[in-house]
Amino acid sequence: MAAPLTLLLIVAVTIRAVLFRSSLAELISARVEVVSPLNAWKRVVEGLALLDLGVSPYSGDVFHETPLMIYLFHFTVDYAEIVFIVSAYFVDCLSCFLKPLDRAKMAINSNYLKSDLLFNFPGCCELISWFITIIVCLCFCKFHFLCTCKYTDVRLCHQIADGITALALYLSIQTYNKDVFRKQKYALESDRYSADCLELLRSPKEMFYIPLKVAMFYLLNPFTILSCVAKSTCGLNNAIIALFIFCTLKGSALLSGILLALATYQSIYPLTLFAPALLFFLQRLYIPVNLRRSSFWFFTLQYAFMYVGSLVVITGLSFFLLGSWDFIPSVYGFIFSVPDLTPNIGLFWYFFAEMFEHFRLFFSCVFQINVFFYTIPLSIKLKEHPVFLIFMQIAIISIFKSYPTVGDVALYMAFLPAWSHLYRFLRNIFLVSCVLLACSALFPVLWHLWIYAGSANSNFYYAITLLFNFGQILLVADYFYAYLRREHHLTHGLYLKKKDGTEATLVLK
Amino acid sequence: MAAHRCGLSLVFILIFSSLACHSSCDSLENANEDTEEKQSVSDTPREVNSDGSIAAEDLNERRGRSTDAELDRRDGTRTSEALTPAAAARDEFQEELVIRPLHSGDIYASFQFRTLWDTDFLQEGQKVSHYRLFPKSLGQVLSKFSVRELHISFTQGFWRTMQWGQPFIPSPPGAELWVWFHDTVSDVDGNWKELTNVLSGIFCASLNFIDLTNTVQPSASFKPLGLGNATDHRFLRYATLPREIVCTENLTPWKKLLPCGSKAGLAVLLKSEKLFHSSFHSQAVHIRPVCQDEQCTSKAWELRQTLNVVFDLYTAGQGKKEWSLFKMFSRTLTEACPLATSSKVYVDITDNPEGELFELSPATPLLSQAVVLGDRRTYSVFDLTRAETFGQLRSLNLLLRWKGDGGEMLRPLLHAERYVAGFGLQTGEIHTVIYNNHPYRAFPVLLMDSVPWYLQLYIHTLTVTSKSRDNKPSYIHYQPAKDRHRPHLLEMLIQLPPHSMTEVTVQFERALLKWTEYTPDPNHGFYVGSSVVSALVPSMVAMNTNFTQDQPLFSSFVPVKEESSYFVRVYTEPLLVNLPTPDFSMPYNVICLTCTVVAVGYGSFYNLLTRTFQVDEPSLPLAKRLANLIRRIRGVPLLT
Repeated sequence: MAAPLTLLLIVAVTIRAVLFRSSLAELISARVEVVSPLNAWKRVVEGLALLDLGVSPYSGDVFHETPLMIYLFHFTVDYAEIVFIVSAYFVDCLSCFLKPLDRAKMAINSNYLKSDLLFNFPGCCELISWFITIIVCLCFCKFHFLCTCKYTDVRLCHQIADGITALALYLSIQTYNKDVFRKQKYALESDRYSADCLELLRSPKEMFYIPLKVAMFYLLNPFTILSCVAKSTCGLNNAIIALFIFCTLKGSALLSGILLALATYQSIYPLTLFAPALLFFLQRLYIPVNLRRSSFWFFTLQYAFMYVGSLVVITGLSFFLLGSWDFIPSVYGFIFSVPDLTPNIGLFWYFFAEMFEHFRLFFSCVFQINVFFYTIPLSIKLKEHPVFLIFMQIAIISIFKSYPTVGDVALYMAFLPAWSHLYRFLRNIFLVSCVLLACSALFPVLWHLWIYAGSANSNFYYAITLLFNFGQILLVADYFYAYLRREHHLTHGLYLKKKDGTEATLVLK
Repeated sequence: MAAHRCGLSLVFILIFSSLACHSSCDSLENANEDTEEKQSVSDTPREVNSDGSIAAEDLNERRGRSTDAELDRRDGTRTSEALTPAAAARDEFQEELVIRPLHSGDIYASFQFRTLWDTDFLQEGQKVSHYRLFPKSLGQVLSKFSVRELHISFTQGFWRTMQWGQPFIPSPPGAELWVWFHDTVSDVDGNWKELTNVLSGIFCASLNFIDLTNTVQPSASFKPLGLGNATDHRFLRYATLPREIVCTENLTPWKKLLPCGSKAGLAVLLKSEKLFHSSFHSQAVHIRPVCQDEQCTSKAWELRQTLNVVFDLYTAGQGKKEWSLFKMFSRTLTEACPLATSSKVYVDITDNPEGELFELSPATPLLSQAVVLGDRRTYSVFDLTRAETFGQLRSLNLLLRWKGDGGEMLRPLLHAERYVAGFGLQTGEIHTVIYNNHPYRAFPVLLMDSVPWYLQLYIHTLTVTSKSRDNKPSYIHYQPAKDRHRPHLLEMLIQLPPHSMTEVTVQFERALLKWTEYTPDPNHGFYVGSSVVSALVPSMVAMNTNFTQDQPLFSSFVPVKEESSYFVRVYTEPLLVNLPTPDFSMPYNVICLTCTVVAVGYGSFYNLLTRTFQVDEPSLPLAKRLANLIRRIRGVPLLT
């Protein structure tokens, strides 16, 4: 298992390194689809330049990263090697910390899960593969250093971020698959599934390569590669979210709370991931979701305290680093009020460029509430399936957030292989994939026609963003539908019959 | 009407007699001018007017313009004050016109009108209500908004430094306003806002478009030109409107500020149909506190009204290089403004010492030398306060006829230009090129750039190169823009190597604005105001650092601190930058379409969240259902 993963990581790193070296890097980093005002690398450099000039980066309207981020990069630019070692150790420690935990769990599980051998957590294998990749990274980095570019080392940072994301996703999905398999086993043993749905059950064989596929979907997704080559800090946010998912699935409430706070601090929207994480922990600890149970409230408050506590600590830390609260309006105010209407792949920019002034506040409230709105109904509907809920939430955030980029899209798309068993229930996957592919190709074309050739106008680009978002919505809704339908079939049987014995069709009523 | 005309001719007779008397007094004084006090020089016209007729006429005219009731009430006391020479002595008015034939064949005419207002402006809380020569509208503005210094200019066209040399008082295309407030002002922004609105009314200009989004506080480029060395730039406000169109409606209120209006003196030449048929037109008002005398025992407000115009007579005159006052202004001079202590016309003849280049008529024996902008120039002087200037015809029509081609012009030592590089509507680069044409001296310049917020500057892309080497600015003051609140301000101190070209580049990104924020012609583009290059340029000749009263006005505007250098301000071209535009006909469509997509998302999730899967049991056809209804009544088994 380690070998393909290592190979994958090396291939991914090589592609990125080659692109970094090519002249395409500059072109890519100027694409509006890849970078937004929130995460453009050019703006990070501008923030650093402002710091060097002795001007607060938040005094202007160019820099919108969080203070921790700018100090991280300030530090990275000066001490690349140290950060590199620290990152490596960080991942190392993380793996070591999780390993004994996993072993203990396995010992318990192995009593009644014979086939668990397939999922035997090969912690050291991953660790080895990680180190090999790091060494490759280091080689590329040295190569870059020789080419003497001031901010070269930051490329390494982005590559590491992508690596961390992929690895975290890989391990998360591995853990998740184990969970799924165990639950399936319980359900089978307790005869909860109907008799004719055996072909819906998942076999260890087909699940074996899913973690690798997930890592591959993330690392080799053109969207991720573009995002990494553009040095968009979106990759770092993705890494934080992936680590959060990893820690959650590994059952570490404290780390999960801290990372969720970090993700929220970075871009406010991951706030909605609180609900799925909580549901997952409750399920894991066999605490029923019952508002009258004290154990439910006890754990909820505990987790909320960890989350809010770390959020307060992080925000306080930024305040002490910066010496002022300027970053709150400049980062979060900027996310919520959408003052920058630079085109991107989202729904906000043209809508608010064309909005009537007296409706602006109303619609910005409506559009922002729309992102958070789905959390509660989805949590109720999917309370038994928190991981799918995480996927749904991430997808909704990346579609409806105010400054989306393709990096956000890549994160939720990485989960698609994990739902490969839903494939038979998807209704319009062909149409959706065609739409998404066509849109991805048309973005640069119509942008060129509008901005450079002058032969098209803004409506062309707007039309394609509309279609792209429409395709994404269809995709997510389709997966949601398929998931619910599979659950229905698992309990009610696959081949449903009408009263008169003919084959029945399922409808939503 | 007839009575009025009769009165007017009476006044003219009186003026002429007084002028004749004045000139004789003047010539008497010239004999012993060194021993004479300045006081007596400025007193002279007042003594001449001591019969009271001119002063009374002046007051009547001013009262006609003033609508203030208070003024009328005090009129009695004021008239008696004005009649006593001692009290009236302190205010004075000077006017002059400088004509410089340019090497390009154009004519540069520069008017300056200087009004001194002797009032103790530094005392707090003192209400000044006594106005003689100083326009009341401006005086009230000064005291109401606690203005320390005010400079405002309206310019149509661009001054071509490389062809025309340096102007006496430079100004950027469009409108420019910079104001120093007293350091007692607490709400500077509030005062500034009100002041711009008031000035907008006074000058009939769009100065009310000056708001926080185009106002900056330069830290070093705009020092006060008058008394006092204020350094706290919190009390300074600077704004330009590069889009402002200057026309007759701005000239008329400007002329009304003159004590004689446009009725007498040099101002009769200011006819808008000719002034605006020119290559360059700039009118300005500069108000600042100055010393009354060398010892600076008393202070006064100085109001300088300047009007610079460049006529392209070469092309307009069918290729003949020949001009006259009448050709330029369609008027000739017949008299000086009776209220003026001096009224002179200077013609630059430096390039024509022997009369081989052009011929000037009428000839004048009076010559004057002045050191201006680092160069010693010779001028023929026509003193309008002398009757003999006007000759037999009682009118002065200067005529200049070129004989040959003009020689090579001395290249201006400092020159700057600017352009936008790049293509497409996403990014771009501003290039500012500054030339130091001095053969062996390096000198520092202050470059100031104020860029609107919708061009997002990236300061880390700033490069300064001279002679293809990196030239690091020794001082950078940068204030990044806030969207819809304030512009970028970039000030740099750059050392220019001798005989070099320095290029300053900075990249920017173009923002997409809200559809209501575009101007009515969005595809015309957006103007970015000129960069300002301020420098102390090494002088070829020793500059005159002495404060003397009899210096010509054009050489005494900027105070000279040292002999070896002189102050120059160069404005670059304004930029015209295109921004990406949304489709202005689309608001309803966009709102509908985007909301539809959001609703598709909401709808499909809502559908899946609220409904459950059920086996589809097709309902019976209508005929069967009707049959079943009857069967139920009959008690027969139902159909399925």
